[in-house]
Amino acid sequence: MENSKLHDDLASIRNMMERSSKFISLSGLSGVMAGVYALIGAGLAYRIIYDPAGRHSFDYAPPGQSPYLQSQLWEDLVFSPVILQLFFVAFAVLFASLLTGYYLTVRKAKKQKQPVWGKTSRALLFQMATPLITGGVLIILLLGRGYLGIISPACLAFYGLALVGASAYTYNDVKYLGLCQIVLGIIAAALPGFGLFIWAIGFGVLHIVYGSLMYIKYER
Amino acid sequence: MKVPFDKLDKAFENRVRLQIMSVLMVNESYDFTSLRDLLDITDGNLASNLKALEKEGYITIHKSFVGRKPNTTYQASDKGKTAFQEHLNALEQLIQQQKK
Repeated sequence: MENSKLHDDLASIRNMMERSSKFISLSGLSGVMAGVYALIGAGLAYRIIYDPAGRHSFDYAPPGQSPYLQSQLWEDLVFSPVILQLFFVAFAVLFASLLTGYYLTVRKAKKQKQPVWGKTSRALLFQMATPLITGGVLIILLLGRGYLGIISPACLAFYGLALVGASAYTYNDVKYLGLCQIVLGIIAAALPGFGLFIWAIGFGVLHIVYGSLMYIKYER
Repeated sequence: MKVPFDKLDKAFENRVRLQIMSVLMVNESYDFTSLRDLLDITDGNLASNLKALEKEGYITIHKSFVGRKPNTTYQASDKGKTAFQEHLNALEQLIQQQKK
């Protein structure tokens, strides 16, 4: 047995340990694109909410009301076209991100000859879905009671938790992205009134930074 | 100095078996189809190598059904884990010695 056989053995062991337990086809570019969509969405949402000609001014600290619970504002909002526009923007951002992410990830997986829908990607999705669905249901229920101020902190915090959990099944770097999102979520909770702004930093800027780093680190 | 080739486990001389064992070391259990897709080998090749590992007592097999489809999962046994560790140690020693 010569040296090269030993090295080949070790390389194949390392490769198998890595590939069997981690989903490494997540595309960095899709992170950048998701960030861009989020920024565009946040910009549109800002224009819809703070429309100077519009009926609704979305002021976070109306006199005598809690910055988180704004039942009056919610009642005005829910029967206005504003809410439809906002939902449309939100779903457009979500679908565009998922579609781009799926397409780019499938393309990368094909290039690496890795199955997209395997044991690890299933575990990854399950790990992410648990906190995301919990957070989503919680936000919708609280939103229905007028707690407008919790949307941004809760979105960021639950998304961060999902990423930290998912990092066990993919690049470890995802964990740091998740921790940053959680910290931003807490900051958003401490600073009511900057919700949309901090949301844009978390889902927009952080995704772009993370995606670019991943692209440089693993795909170039 | 004597090179400890004899410490290398014969069961892991085959690359596929080495890879199967690596996968089972870091995952609690793995099923046949996922293993085949991961290693990118034929069913027959995988099955015969799994059988060889089972014969050594290095892996344990759990058969169950998902609907009507058979679903077989494999786990590394304690004996297998120890053997794999020792094999790795031997590989490490060999490489150390060749550096000298």
